[in-house]
Amino acid sequence: MADDVKHDYHLVNPSPWPLIGSIALTTLAIGGVTYMKGLFGIESGQLWTLLPGFLMVIWVMAGWWREVIKEGRTGDHTPVVEIGLKYGMVLFIVSEIMFFAAWFWSFFELAIFYPARVGETFDATSPVWEGLNAFAQWPPTGVTTFDPFHLPLINTLILLLSGTTVTAAHHSLQHDKMDNAKFMLLITIILGVAFTCLQVYEYSEAQFTFDGTLYGSAFFMATGFHGAHVVIGTIFLTVCLLRLYANNMTAKKHLGFEFAAWYWHFVDVVWLFLFAFVYVLPHLVLGH
Amino acid sequence: MPMDQVAAHDHHDHDHKPGFFVRWFFSTNHKDIGTLYLVFALIAGIVGYSLSGLIRWELAEPGIGPLTGIVEMLYGTTGPQAIEQAKSFYNVVITYHGLIMIFFMVMPALIGGFGNWFVPLMIGAPDMAFPRMNNISFWLTVAAFVLACTSMVVPGGNGVNGFGGGWVLYPPLSSTAGHAGPSMDLLILSLHTAGIASILGAINFIVTILNMRAPGMTLHKMPLFAWSLLVTAILLLLALPVLAGALTMLLTDRNFGSQFFDPSGGGDPIMFQHLFWFFGHPEVYIMILPAFGLISHIVSTFSKKPIFGYLGMAYAMVAIGAIGFIVWAHHMYTVGMPSDMKAYFVAATMVIAVPTGIKIFSWIATMWGGSIDFSVPMVWAIGFIFLFTLGGVTGVVLANAGIDHAMHDTYYVVAHFHYVLSLGAVFGLFAGWYYWFEKMFGIKYNKVVGYAHFWIMFVASNLIFFPQHFLGLNGMPRRYVDYPEAFSLWNSVSSMGYALSMVATLLFFYGLFEAMIRRRKGEANPWGEGATTLEWTLPSPPPFHQFNELPVVKNEGGH
Repeated sequence: MADDVKHDYHLVNPSPWPLIGSIALTTLAIGGVTYMKGLFGIESGQLWTLLPGFLMVIWVMAGWWREVIKEGRTGDHTPVVEIGLKYGMVLFIVSEIMFFAAWFWSFFELAIFYPARVGETFDATSPVWEGLNAFAQWPPTGVTTFDPFHLPLINTLILLLSGTTVTAAHHSLQHDKMDNAKFMLLITIILGVAFTCLQVYEYSEAQFTFDGTLYGSAFFMATGFHGAHVVIGTIFLTVCLLRLYANNMTAKKHLGFEFAAWYWHFVDVVWLFLFAFVYVLPHLVLGH
Repeated sequence: MPMDQVAAHDHHDHDHKPGFFVRWFFSTNHKDIGTLYLVFALIAGIVGYSLSGLIRWELAEPGIGPLTGIVEMLYGTTGPQAIEQAKSFYNVVITYHGLIMIFFMVMPALIGGFGNWFVPLMIGAPDMAFPRMNNISFWLTVAAFVLACTSMVVPGGNGVNGFGGGWVLYPPLSSTAGHAGPSMDLLILSLHTAGIASILGAINFIVTILNMRAPGMTLHKMPLFAWSLLVTAILLLLALPVLAGALTMLLTDRNFGSQFFDPSGGGDPIMFQHLFWFFGHPEVYIMILPAFGLISHIVSTFSKKPIFGYLGMAYAMVAIGAIGFIVWAHHMYTVGMPSDMKAYFVAATMVIAVPTGIKIFSWIATMWGGSIDFSVPMVWAIGFIFLFTLGGVTGVVLANAGIDHAMHDTYYVVAHFHYVLSLGAVFGLFAGWYYWFEKMFGIKYNKVVGYAHFWIMFVASNLIFFPQHFLGLNGMPRRYVDYPEAFSLWNSVSSMGYALSMVATLLFFYGLFEAMIRRRKGEANPWGEGATTLEWTLPSPPPFHQFNELPVVKNEGGH
């Protein structure tokens, strides 16, 4: 910083990553369309077309966050900048919540109005809240759903437990008990990986598919995007663990850890809603 | 690495700018990024404006004429086949006109351009909260534009390149059944990219405004332009992810066999309309609110009075933003929704006229008794108020579900939303351009050119869009390439208006280049005592990094 700067805000130096990131996403998008449809004479359905863009995106993310961590450690993250970063992370999570709003919206709309669309008698003038019989045909006949109180319940408990362990890790970190923090964070990551494994196993046992039935589309889209967020959250926590081992965080300064924990709690809460509405509601309340 | 060079520079003069490439391609400076956005919006605006030229050229006379010639040139076909392709090509033209004007002209100019330039200056901040993220917002907007342009030239459907289903992207036109080619997939990913850019930009604006106001500047003392950007950013943050969800479902419907919007599998195409308009309605306020903000400053500056009802103005924007989320289905009265639902959406929509009325009347009350200087930005601002009010009034007409059943998808709707956007948001854009030009670039524009631009544009845009009310009331549907003889008079008037607007546009660019060549030195505050916001305390152009010592806003100070 120049000597005559009399404020604590962070004036970031010019950086190549935004431009490279934009080129990376363009490459990924063009590669994606080439994979789906074939473009510029390249046949569709070849996974390698996604690879260049994907690798570039990973490269940009690594390089960009490396820059951020370096700045954090050289003192650019003053108290006022930290407040800004916290606001930023909260707002990012808010936008993620609205992203999931779209999946819940589609799940409920498809469920409630299913009888109307498949030609059953349905009185459009009667309010939908006149009883849960609007759900009468959801999931549609012939679709065998999961018993929510087997694997999904175990998964719920795993995620809830991981929420407590990440909080325990945070508590230890704040009190400078680094070994305990590392241990608790490791447990959290293992629980996260366990959730993903169980979810993959559950998917493999599914009696319906993404592309065969409407229920399958809605189910896999909502739980699939949640699963993707679990994986991202697990990676985020793993980075924090590696940074703990590298003595990269202190009891006073560990914004990265806090953000990973917030993100993890967000993923956790989304799962609770999924569990309640996608798994339990059709099964328990509606009896099918 | 360039970063090291810049780090070294930091120890010298704080106003020392990095070299050309680093400065404009790796920028972390809100003013440079604002300028980049403005240049980008100009380029995209030329593309979008040319597309509307094709529309007016084709509709100047009944029959399918000019577009057939273009199709013959583009595809080498002739005869009836060329005419069929010309019909599809027309649909492509209107689709990309809408998308480009919304996502790549109005939003980048008002939010990215003026927002980036003046939110930090007005709140006394040295830069945006996340300067590097600011830059990826810009470059992702460019990436989205590249993807959209690519989608225009790859196979769509119906024998032409590009997607022709309208900017609203309704299935089944946007499904494989409507457009099987890769064009629609590219368009979906383009909008995803533009969405990421806007969400990141929105986070940046909210954090900047909440966390970086100068000491003493409470939210209730913050300039209205910053207020307008705060509300706009919140709308972007909440609305765009829902669009992203809808677009993702569209993408999987097209490519991975899901059936969200496919009735044959029990899916619901109307659900796409709901999801789209849950985003789409806040989107129209996203486009107009920044214009509301800057018009308040211009009216206040040139009336030499503080804005009338400052708090009411601020919270009117908050109210417009909040109510904007619960009125979306007024875009879809004709899909067969229950009467109760229509009654609700009519009532909720009309409520928006109240905070909008507060704004209009407060602008007029600001001028009332003021010592009005009819400078170039002021005439644009007054033009904005008049034209936006006209568009708002037809909006109240269309809010009635009963009337809308007759007016839906007619030129009346086209006239309505062009009055609030093309003559509202764009007039706001030009008002801001002439208000801040000297501040941004440190040079003076030719006032005579500015006035001529305004008057010709004012006459031209009214000539284009006012007759479209008559066409709509007489039942001319929108998005049609041809029309019966009976509609030819007002269509030809409308097209003549477009020709006149080309003169205005040429004058705009003449004014820009004349100012760039003559380089008349700008003043720090050319507008005098009426201009009270912080940007006028800085030299024109402002230093590379301003407010190294934060300004302190005193308690008795105005806003």
